[in-house]
Formats: sequence, C-alpha cells, structure tokens
Amino acid sequence: MTMTAMPETEIAAPPRRFRQQAIAPWLFLLPGLLFFSVYVIVPIFQSFQISFYDWNGLDRPDGTSTAVYVGLENYRDLWDDPDFWTSLRNNAIWLVLYLLAIPGGLFIALFLNQTVTGIRLYKSLFFFPFVISQVVVGLVFTWFYDPTFGMINELLGLVGLGPVNILGDTRYATYGIIAAGLWPQTAYCMILYLTGLNAVDPEQIEAARLDGAKGPKMLWYVVLPQLRPATFIAFVVTVIGALRSFDLISIMTDGGPGFYSTSVLAFYMWDVALSEFGFRMGYGSAIAVILFLIMLIYIAGFLWKMYRDEKGV
Amino acid sequence: MRSIFTTGAAALAAATILSGSAFAESHAALSGDLVIFSDMSNPAPRAVMEGMVERFGEMHPDLNIELTIIDREAYKTQIRNFLQANPPDVANWYAGNRMLPYVEAGLFTDISDLWEEGGLTETLASTQASMTIGDGIYGVPYTYYQWGVYYREDIFEELGLEAPETWDEEIANCQAIIDSGRFCYTIGTKFLWTAGGWFDYLNMRTNGYDFHMALTNGEIPWTDDRVRATFANWQQLIDMGAFLENHQTYSWQEALPFMVNGEAAAYLMGNFAVAPMREAGLTDDQIGFYQFPQIDPSIEMAEDAPTDTFHIPSGANNVEAARAFLLFVTSAENQTLINGGDGLGQLPVNSQSSVDDDEFLNAGFEMLSQNSPGGIAQFFDRDAPAEMAQVAMQGFQTFMVDPSSLDSVLDRLEQARQRFY
Repeated sequence: MTMTAMPETEIAAPPRRFRQQAIAPWLFLLPGLLFFSVYVIVPIFQSFQISFYDWNGLDRPDGTSTAVYVGLENYRDLWDDPDFWTSLRNNAIWLVLYLLAIPGGLFIALFLNQTVTGIRLYKSLFFFPFVISQVVVGLVFTWFYDPTFGMINELLGLVGLGPVNILGDTRYATYGIIAAGLWPQTAYCMILYLTGLNAVDPEQIEAARLDGAKGPKMLWYVVLPQLRPATFIAFVVTVIGALRSFDLISIMTDGGPGFYSTSVLAFYMWDVALSEFGFRMGYGSAIAVILFLIMLIYIAGFLWKMYRDEKGV
Repeated sequence: MRSIFTTGAAALAAATILSGSAFAESHAALSGDLVIFSDMSNPAPRAVMEGMVERFGEMHPDLNIELTIIDREAYKTQIRNFLQANPPDVANWYAGNRMLPYVEAGLFTDISDLWEEGGLTETLASTQASMTIGDGIYGVPYTYYQWGVYYREDIFEELGLEAPETWDEEIANCQAIIDSGRFCYTIGTKFLWTAGGWFDYLNMRTNGYDFHMALTNGEIPWTDDRVRATFANWQQLIDMGAFLENHQTYSWQEALPFMVNGEAAAYLMGNFAVAPMREAGLTDDQIGFYQFPQIDPSIEMAEDAPTDTFHIPSGANNVEAARAFLLFVTSAENQTLINGGDGLGQLPVNSQSSVDDDEFLNAGFEMLSQNSPGGIAQFFDRDAPAEMAQVAMQGFQTFMVDPSSLDSVLDRLEQARQRFY
C-alpha cells in the first residue's frame, strides 16, 4: 500500500511545482502590471479617444459629459496651428542641442579622472548642478540673463557689447533655456563617464601606449569603445531629459515671449489643456497623441537596437 | 415683592421669547456640516476668510464649518476637479466670463431667488450684471478693486507735471518724463495679463465700453478699423519709448522696483499694487492715483474693476447653510469689516457699507461710483473666454515688443476668434 502510494505522490509533484513556477512570476508582476495598465496604458487610449472630442474638461452634475464629437477636427486644427509647428521645431532644437551634454560630460570626466589632492571635492562641485532642482536652475539662469542687472550683460558691457535680452527675444530665448538645461545635464553625463572610466582596462591602455597611440587617437580608438555602455546610457537619459524640458520653460519664459515662441509640445499640451486658460482637453489630447507617436518611433528604434545587440552577443 | 418678581420674570421670559424668535427669523437654526473651499491663500485674505468663518460659526453654534484654503494659483485648475468629484457647499471664483464654463455645465447653482429675498438686487446692484449669465445669477461678490494709474507724485512735482486728464496732456507729460531720462510706465508682461489691462483701457477710451464688451464677446472682428485705432493709440506710446524696456522678461512684481527706484514714473495697475509699493518704502506722499485719461471726449469713461466671488456648487449638500453664509458675506456690516485697510484693503460690494479711510480706496470708490458712467468691466482675461484671452494677450505682448507685427497679430487674433466662439 505504502509502496504504491509513494510513487503516486512523486508523479503528482512535478506538475504542481511546474504550475507554481508558472504562476509565481505573474503574481509578482501583478501589482506592477495593474498600476502600469491603470495609470499608463488606459490613459494612452483615453487620450486617443478624447482627441476626437471638443471638450472643456467638465461634466454636468448628472454625470453626462459636455464633450462634442468632432472627428478629426482637432488634428486638422493642429496642422494649421503655427504654435504647434513652433513647439515641434523647438522640440527638435532641444533634442539636437541637448546632446551636447554628452561630449561636454565626457571631457569634464576625462579632465577630472586624475589623482590630485582634493579631486573628490572637485568632482562633487562639478556634480553639484545636477543635485539642485530644475526650478532653481531656471531661476538662477533667469537672473543671470536679466537684461538690466544680469551678469551676462555686465560681462558683455566690459567688452563693449550692447545689452542683450536673451529670454525676451524670440530668436534667442529657446537657446538660452537649453543652455540652462545643459548645465545640470552635463554634470549628469560627467558622472556616468566617471564611473565608466573606472572600468576602462588599464592593460589595454598600456598596450596602446606601447604601440605609440596617444591623445585623440588613444581616446577615439581605445578609450571610447570601452565607454560604449556609458555613452549609451548618457544618450538615453539626455534624450529623455530633452523631452522633460517642461519645468525650465515654465519657470524661465512661461512659453513666451509672444506666441509660444519657446514652447515645446509637452508645454503646449499643458498650456491648452491644463493651465489657467486651458480648457481644450480634446486639443490637448491630440497634441499628446502626436507626441506619443513621435516618442514611439524613438522607443521602437531603441528597442530594436537593444534586441539586435543582445542577439549579436 | 412677589408680584414684582413675577412680573419681572414674565417680562424677562417675554423678552427671551421675542429675541429668540427674532434670532430664529434672521438666522434659521443651521446645523450639519458646511464645507467651504477658498482660494484666499495670501496672508491678508486668509486671515479675512478665517475671521469670517469664525464669526459665522459663532452665530450658528450647531453648524460645523470645514474651511479648506487652497493656493490661489493651484485653485484655478483644481476647481474643475472638485466641482465634479467632491463639491463643497461654498466655493470661491471670479465674475464674468470666467464662470461661464461652470455655469454652462450646470456646476454652479442659480441663486437669483436669494438675490431677490435677501435684497441683494438693491445692495449689490453695482455688481449684479457681472454675476448674471442669461436669466440666472450664479453667485455673490465679496470684494472688488479699482484699476488706474499709480504714479510717483514727487517725480511729477519735480518735472512740474499735473495728473493728465486728456490724451494730449498724457502725451505731453510722457514726453517730459522721457526727456528726464525715465520711462513713463513700468510694466512686466511675462505673464501677459498686464498687457491686457492696457488694452482694456485704451480700447474702452477709444471705442467705449459697449464696443469693448462686443469685442470680448467675439461679435466684432479683430481686424476692424476701430480695433486698429486702439492699437494706433497704443503705438503712439510705444514709439515714444513710454514703456519699460524688456518688459517681456518681467513679472508685474519684478517691474515694481523700477517705479520705486524712480526709473519709471507710473504704473497702470490694480489697487493691490499699493501694498507692495508701501512695503518697498514709498510713502503716501510719493504715490498718487489718477483715472486713465480720456482719449475721445464723446466716449463715456468706463473702468476695470475685477470682482471676486462666492458660489454654491450644484452638488452642495448643505444649501441652506451655504445661502446663509453668502448673505452673511455680503451684509453691509461684514463688507465694511473685511474690506478695511487691515483686511483685504479693497472696495466693499455692498452699497450700504463704508469705505475704509484710505487715500486710494477713497479715490477708487469715488471714481467707480461717480466717474465711470460707461460701465464697469471685469478685466480682459475675465471678460473674454479663456482660450481667446490667452492668445489675445500673447498678441498684445508681441505687439508691445514689436509694433510692426500689428498686421500679423491681428490676423492671428481674428483666426482665433473664428475658432473659439
């Protein structure tokens, strides 16, 4: 009896354990998946839906919505809206110029990657701007640029150049804000490269030196290839940083001067849908959808590259 | 002895009954919870709001008042959520078109019957129009303040100038101020609305109150020649160099030191600017006030006087208490108290209240009650619908920075008008 019972339990056990193994990861994933779908996936589809309506964001007390279905009209309006194109163009400028943080961070990191007394202090000083809030960075640069009392105009005055109102001029304002954003972003890239430089193989450097490599050649052919993981992370965080530029714009120019001249899509979306004068939820959602599609291209490219790299290895 | 005692007691009892019934009549015994959401978050308004709740609570001991004060800027976006999801019994907001979206969605209660019963149609007559949309009255005002030109009296004296009453005097004054190396007007247009104030006045003086209201209601194209006339007057000042340089980089507070330091001689602003001017060290002898000068003598003077308000959301639970609170807020006695110099320092809305003895409040009260026959506007961003106000004020700023952009600005505004109305 016992003899026959034993094998039975032994046979029954593996499927149960197998089932456990199949379920456990899903159980652990469940809270994350739940929140991700409620707060990310569902709102994406809601944005798609709302973008087909003309809606000021209000429901009547009985729960019925004041939204009116307008089909693709919001998208047609976007096409004819010069402010939308201004914002899109500024987004592109941000993406391109913000990447300057990567070489900037690399060179500071190379400069600081030496053993001198107190180097830790210098490193922390260079890293300091990344620690302070974007709002503070915005305020500091606003004062720096101030056309009447700002330091930049004092300096220009010393060399005999006229006062320039960087944030008040539609031609320069966006560049002024990007420069402010580069300050902390460069510090961030620097710290990424500093940790990357620690992992550089000294034997390879030694070998390269024996072969007569030095200066830029050493950097380009020996050091940089070894820093590829750091460069990749720096690229990703900088692109994300460029798309997160909302707070600096809000603090430094509030989207102005004039008609949204320093706005980016994220800011424009917020301003038409959620700000003090923004009551156009449908229009804002249409901008969100466009922004989403643009990001989708970037994310798809990113995932494809990751997939290819993993397959290659 | 005994008879005296009994009559005395009877008289006492009768007196209690009498006063009791009088009490019951004026303040029906209120109970339950009264939930108030307020945007009066700056120090002085907060104290006023808390004081009102305290006094109202003393009158109604059985009533449990829950006051939530929300940051004034954050309130502007939060009101959309709480009116739908979690409506209080009483909420702050603004008069004019600013309340239109909520009225159209049925989120504010029509309280025209309260205006009739409480006699508000008489005591608050001056602001009734700004609280009315269609046939309904959707709230009560609790304070308002005048706009006008605050100027440096000492600088005007030094240059031998008088406060201008006509446009010619204005231009002559301004030229003298510029010749003395100053700007006529300080202004900070970074947050746009200050330029809206200039447009309000120039347009109301050039074309009159009715035209201004028709324009903000979307009935008149922005490319109309009369609108161009307003901008032509504006350009006259801009071309002279009347306005503070680089105004597009400054907020209204950041533009204030230019006047305090004497680099600019005047400021077109609401009465709330007086307090920071005094704090910055200007004495009342140095600050003067004059009504925005006349441009066209055939046009009646009209003024901006933004009104702040209380409303009863349609989801309110304790409507009875909310209505009693609104009557309490607008009563003559309370109005005198809260708008005094140690309270809000603004103008009471009740015609039976008295104005605190303050140079600028008196000047404003006199101007609004006697010298504004054309009408009283709220303010550009409250009279025009929100979407239109935003783009129009961006246009004003663009124009102020570069007057040659006028044609493209007016085209943009006209396109916006056709889309938003």
